[in-house]
Amino acid sequence: MTTKHGAKREFSLTVNGEPKTVRAYPMERLLDVLRQDLGLTGTKEGCGEGECGACSVLMDGALVDSCLIPVAQAEGARVVTIEGVARDARFRALREAFLECGGAQCGICTPGMILAAAHLLEKKPKPTLAEIREGLSGNLCRCTGYIQIFEAVAEAARRSAAS
Amino acid sequence: MRSDPAEYELVAPASLQAAVTLLAENPTWLPIAGGTDVMVQFAAGTLAARKLLSIWNLPELRRIEAQPDELRIGAGCTYTDLRGHEVVAREFPLLARAASWTGGIANQNRGTLGGNIVNASPAADSLPAPLVYEAELILVSARGERRVAYREFHTDYKKMNLAADELIRAICVPRRFVGYVHYARKVGARNAQAISKVCIAALGRIEKAEIKDVRIALGSVAPTPIRLVETERALIGKRLDPRVMALARKAATAETRPIDDIRSTARYRAAVVSNLVGEFLERLGAAATGHE
Repeated sequence: MTTKHGAKREFSLTVNGEPKTVRAYPMERLLDVLRQDLGLTGTKEGCGEGECGACSVLMDGALVDSCLIPVAQAEGARVVTIEGVARDARFRALREAFLECGGAQCGICTPGMILAAAHLLEKKPKPTLAEIREGLSGNLCRCTGYIQIFEAVAEAARRSAAS
Repeated sequence: MRSDPAEYELVAPASLQAAVTLLAENPTWLPIAGGTDVMVQFAAGTLAARKLLSIWNLPELRRIEAQPDELRIGAGCTYTDLRGHEVVAREFPLLARAASWTGGIANQNRGTLGGNIVNASPAADSLPAPLVYEAELILVSARGERRVAYREFHTDYKKMNLAADELIRAICVPRRFVGYVHYARKVGARNAQAISKVCIAALGRIEKAEIKDVRIALGSVAPTPIRLVETERALIGKRLDPRVMALARKAATAETRPIDDIRSTARYRAAVVSNLVGEFLERLGAAATGHE
């Protein structure tokens, strides 16, 4: 038998612009709350320990690994997932560039890559290659070898600057 | 196996005062800041504490205050906070560089300097820098505050001078290292997301061809991050010639205790320690020549 220490509580947060309230144990991972309670399965679980970046989301504008966030620490936060990026016109160039440059293959790392790229482009709209590499350094991809992903981010920056 | 969240409690007080009061009443509760270490243990099913106290984003811990004689870095400041702070970048570049080496951007947005100090990994990239900058820690509890030299904080592997009811409030670094040569390097399997085999932070100043001041600290070569006291002693007041450099490299190897582990071997680490000290001294010498 396990000892129950926690009780489920209500947590309120804004997810992709919509206010949400969930009942959860305070140590439930934001990743699980997003996927299981809110049905937002675009955010992936990779390593579950903050190494791979597959579960990246934006929390109050900062890129974070949602597998390392207890939901109690997301109380009141503004969270943006890949579903939010998918319908945000500001990230249209980024989405298209990933498609056209071959930045997505198996797709498991892609939501996290796009969130990391979106975070980078918000801070640095015209990143150098070194800045792109650093901005995405916490996101692992086992398919592409990264080059197409870096090209996609550079292409998205060029298109955003041109439009 | 992953832990069951139903077995854990986490409370998130709104102020530092409320946090230390709760900790005084419940000293077995484990403080959690950005969770970059605690949540990894939770994922692995090795988190012993069942009750956690969130100190993430407490405003009192998330400030960097520039006073005339020292910079007070709130223990809850993230690596991103450190990298973005002008005084840190200008006067304490080793802290900014160590921050940029710590994990990827997502880890830097959550990992805190105070959290890394209390996690006390001997391999943490961020700990040699406060050692060479002669940092002092302000510790806070419901009983009040006290100040301890960071050099005396880590007493053995994961053991430290911190009572169960205390939190680190701030890391204070004296603003007297302008004009020094600041050197840092991390040697690991890859730059991002890899834990170091050896990391170094060092500071020095040469005047009239004589080493006036020098400080060297290393990570991953002993049960705690360490200052190379004997090596520093072998250098102070000397002219930086090949003989002194060779003596310093020897002293550095003698006063480190590296081990074989999953990331490297003791033999490789000892060779890297000697080479890093050598490279630092070459930079120090070159900077002095450049000035004269």
